[in-house]
Amino acid sequence: MRPTLLKGHERALTQIKYNREGDLLFSVAKDNIVSVWFSHNGERLGTYQGHQGTIWSVDVNSDSTLMVTGSADDSARLWSVRDGRLLHTWTTETAVKRVQFSEDDKFVLMVLERRRNYNGSIKVYAIDSDTPEDQSDEPISVIEPQDSKVSVAGWGYLNKYIVAGHEDGTVSLFDWNTGDVINAVQDHEGLLTDLQFSMDRTYFITSSKDKTSRIYDANTLECLKEYVTDTPLNSAAIVPALQEFVVMGGGQEAMQVTTTSQRQGKFECRFFHKIYQEEVGRVRGHFGPINTIAFHPDGKSFSSGGEDGYIRLHVLDPDYFEFKFE
Amino acid sequence: MVGLDPRNLPATEAEIDFSDIEEKYQLTFNESFDNVIVIDNLPVVDEKKAEKLERLIHKLLKDVGEIKEDGLFMPMQENADSGETMTQGFAFVEFDTTQQAARALENLQNKKLDKNHILMAYKFTDVERYATMSDEYREPYIAPYEDREHLRSWLFEPKCRDQFAALCGEEVSINLNNQNGKPEEMCSRPGWTENFLQWSPKGTYLTTYHLQGVALWGGESWKKIMRLLHPNVKFVEYSPNESYLVSYSTTPINLDTVLKISPSENPFGPEDEGNTTAVWDVKTGALLRTFGAPLAINDTRPANIRFKWSPDDAYLARCVPGRALEVYQASTMLKLDKKSIEVKSIVDFEWSPGTGKPGRAQSANKTPSYSLVYWTPEVDNLPARVTLMCIPSKEIIRTKNLFNLTDCKFFWQDKGDYLCVHVSRPTADKLNTVSSLELFRIREKSVPVDTIEVNERVTEFAWEPKASQPRFAIISNPEPADEQLNANGMILNPPRPNVSFYEAERRTKSNMARLANAKVGNFRCVKTLEKAKANSLFWSPKGRHIVLATLKTTSAWDLEFWDLNFPTSDDENAPTEMEELSHQSHYGVTSACWDPTGRYFVSYASFWRHPNENGYAIWDVNGHCHTKQLLEGFKQFAWRPRPASVLSDEKRKAIAKNVGKYSAAFEEEDRIFENAASSAVIQKHRRLMEEWTTWRERAVQVYEDERQVLGKGPPPATTVNTDEEEIIEEWVEELVEETEEVVE
Repeated sequence: MRPTLLKGHERALTQIKYNREGDLLFSVAKDNIVSVWFSHNGERLGTYQGHQGTIWSVDVNSDSTLMVTGSADDSARLWSVRDGRLLHTWTTETAVKRVQFSEDDKFVLMVLERRRNYNGSIKVYAIDSDTPEDQSDEPISVIEPQDSKVSVAGWGYLNKYIVAGHEDGTVSLFDWNTGDVINAVQDHEGLLTDLQFSMDRTYFITSSKDKTSRIYDANTLECLKEYVTDTPLNSAAIVPALQEFVVMGGGQEAMQVTTTSQRQGKFECRFFHKIYQEEVGRVRGHFGPINTIAFHPDGKSFSSGGEDGYIRLHVLDPDYFEFKFE
Repeated sequence: MVGLDPRNLPATEAEIDFSDIEEKYQLTFNESFDNVIVIDNLPVVDEKKAEKLERLIHKLLKDVGEIKEDGLFMPMQENADSGETMTQGFAFVEFDTTQQAARALENLQNKKLDKNHILMAYKFTDVERYATMSDEYREPYIAPYEDREHLRSWLFEPKCRDQFAALCGEEVSINLNNQNGKPEEMCSRPGWTENFLQWSPKGTYLTTYHLQGVALWGGESWKKIMRLLHPNVKFVEYSPNESYLVSYSTTPINLDTVLKISPSENPFGPEDEGNTTAVWDVKTGALLRTFGAPLAINDTRPANIRFKWSPDDAYLARCVPGRALEVYQASTMLKLDKKSIEVKSIVDFEWSPGTGKPGRAQSANKTPSYSLVYWTPEVDNLPARVTLMCIPSKEIIRTKNLFNLTDCKFFWQDKGDYLCVHVSRPTADKLNTVSSLELFRIREKSVPVDTIEVNERVTEFAWEPKASQPRFAIISNPEPADEQLNANGMILNPPRPNVSFYEAERRTKSNMARLANAKVGNFRCVKTLEKAKANSLFWSPKGRHIVLATLKTTSAWDLEFWDLNFPTSDDENAPTEMEELSHQSHYGVTSACWDPTGRYFVSYASFWRHPNENGYAIWDVNGHCHTKQLLEGFKQFAWRPRPASVLSDEKRKAIAKNVGKYSAAFEEEDRIFENAASSAVIQKHRRLMEEWTTWRERAVQVYEDERQVLGKGPPPATTVNTDEEEIIEEWVEELVEETEEVVE
């Protein structure tokens, strides 16, 4: 398997995301630009420019018309995917660490960073796709978590709940209309770094600095699976089709990377069998920690973005599909 | 001067409070009598001869230390019959320190002065103690009998699986090694040891280290068998048969600290104060004796204070560098013949692991005889010398003079039939060292010595264990030593040395003509692997197999598995054939060891050296990896040793010959076990899969129901079908070169 190297960012990747069909790959990095790529050959289709700081998060709606980004310049922006126009800017109190469209594209959630004078929050805005240039600046809901800071969040199915991952490892379920906590569990022992849903949003996978990754029931927050590795994890993804796998990645903290070799840094994508919880393989290549992983919706290829500034696009070999775990 | 106010000084000196200064500089007087001894059974002499006797006592105690000024006192009394003033036959001697007094007791006890006078010596405090002793007999307390667990119960394991101890983080676990797959944990305790782990040489006891001392564990339920109190103990060494244990500490014994830990268990007395080494009886836990550092070392070499045991626990000896060899009898803990063996400028010694007098074939002698070898460097135009000595007769069997050497190391073959002395010499330009090996054939008449000049720097030497014909392997490097280590002692630039194998010439039909009689028994090099990736040698404990490993380096982690008896012919006397079975690599490997049966080889990466991919791997003799466990913070792996086999050599050979007859049953057993293990895995996977699918069905059902309640249609497709792949051909044209020519 020879990966395609996508060299378009000058600094560390923060998030990558496929659109629903998987033909486009969106990527954001610390260098203030959004890139969009053709996923079948790695050619860059274009960039979206306007943010003044690190872009932490990106999401695209299900018909690939609108894209939302969250940035450290204390704003979130809505873009037209097709022509790169900036449609709307929401000015926020603090940096926006995570953005996500709801299942029906009618809402978008933003995770706002906690700062000295601001306690952090999850804000929900309505999106009017008929008049994309005219969006409300008034959030329809603001959730203010009291205890531990929220680091990641995502929509459950049918816009029922918002699932949030906290700094202390807690995973909590919010009724986003009232802002009440419905349920909270603490299985992880470290900062939650990523939270990705299955295609039907009935379960989701988390990754944590405590070197483990878990699968939770999106309704009950029952921990269904646990995957143990030997390195802090930054991202985890569920393989959507063809194989019952999950994939996760991370590596030694970026600060220590210069003092160790590539091997010791453990910058590998690790594949685990989703149900048996056993490791089935690794994909090497990055020479810095892996910050984000995304799987193509058809389950035949995946990409990883690293602290080294590269996106590596892997098209899986035939023997991957023939692999049977017994 | 507490409370002294400089602005308001007292009028007279008498009013100043000096109590704090007085307290600070107060002299402490030695008020105890621990440094006083009584010598009894001295000859009774008159005043004129008393002075001569005093001089004699001074002479006797010269070695021990300073007698205090006026420290010798011999009471005189007027004899009622003759009217002469006579001595009373005893004397008091006062020393500077308690230790000197203790040594004096040892030296003088039962000393024969002449035919009628055998000296007795006591501590002065003992006189008082025995004088005030109650005359009434008191029944000693006998603790009720407690049944102990069978200490060798682990040998009854039906499948003869071997155990190993693993230290991972702070947790110690005892595991069973399965023939295939993952080891089975039997017992695990967090914080079982504060330092590292150690098995006794025959595997009976597990030793754990603590600040207060060491603890010995064993039996079926891993109960504490013994606790030996020795603060700040650094390491212990068992005698070969596990009867005794020597513990070494860096801090001298101080009674106050010991009493603070546990007054009821304190085994030490005032004579032990200041000593660092203690010898214990393992069965009872009794302290037998303590030792201080050897006396007055007038040598700059680091003192090698380690005790070494003779092969069956009868003697223990240590070398006082530059002065003497101290041999103690284990049963009495006293010096052999009550004195050290004086060897000027001695550097090091080593016991032979075999018994019997060198220069003769090994025979079942009535009185066991041991031998040891020591060396002395070149001093005052005398050549350096290696000496072979018999104990207890102290007879010197063989000496060999050597010239121009810097160091000597001894390697005894495991049966004690051969001794290799590794001699290091500087080259003529003094930039490098080269080695020669002096091979002593101990069992042959007059102990012939065969010299092999290696002309390279030998860094490792290892005899093959249990060998029918003697063989050894060496690692040698023609380059001077220039190892660079990082802060954790990992080698940054692993060298590429040569590995050579040697065997003794044998008399066979084919080489009769070629070999002169004298050459039979001489060693010759069988094979040399040039520029090998190895810095350590690991012979299998059963011989034949050897692993060459690169340990503790930051860039090479090779393991080479070799077979030295690759059967190419049936002739037992055929020369050694070698084959490399496999070449493996274990990232970050720092240590390695064979299991006691020689079936498995373990390599592990210890957290003590680096924090990357710690854990262990178990290999078979062919270099196939059986299991690899990555464990965070893994520190130490230790196989539990086994006692020596009770089968005779003939029986073992008979079994080896008919191995096919026995192996069928075992193979069947293995197959059943393997099937059980793999079916257990399949069962587990089935269960997990079933759980997952039931959960999925339920979750999807709930989702669809909720969708319907909200009046939304069926869920959108969750999979993207891209089976109909569209192949787009892309033509890329590249201009390689363009030249313009003007056509006329």
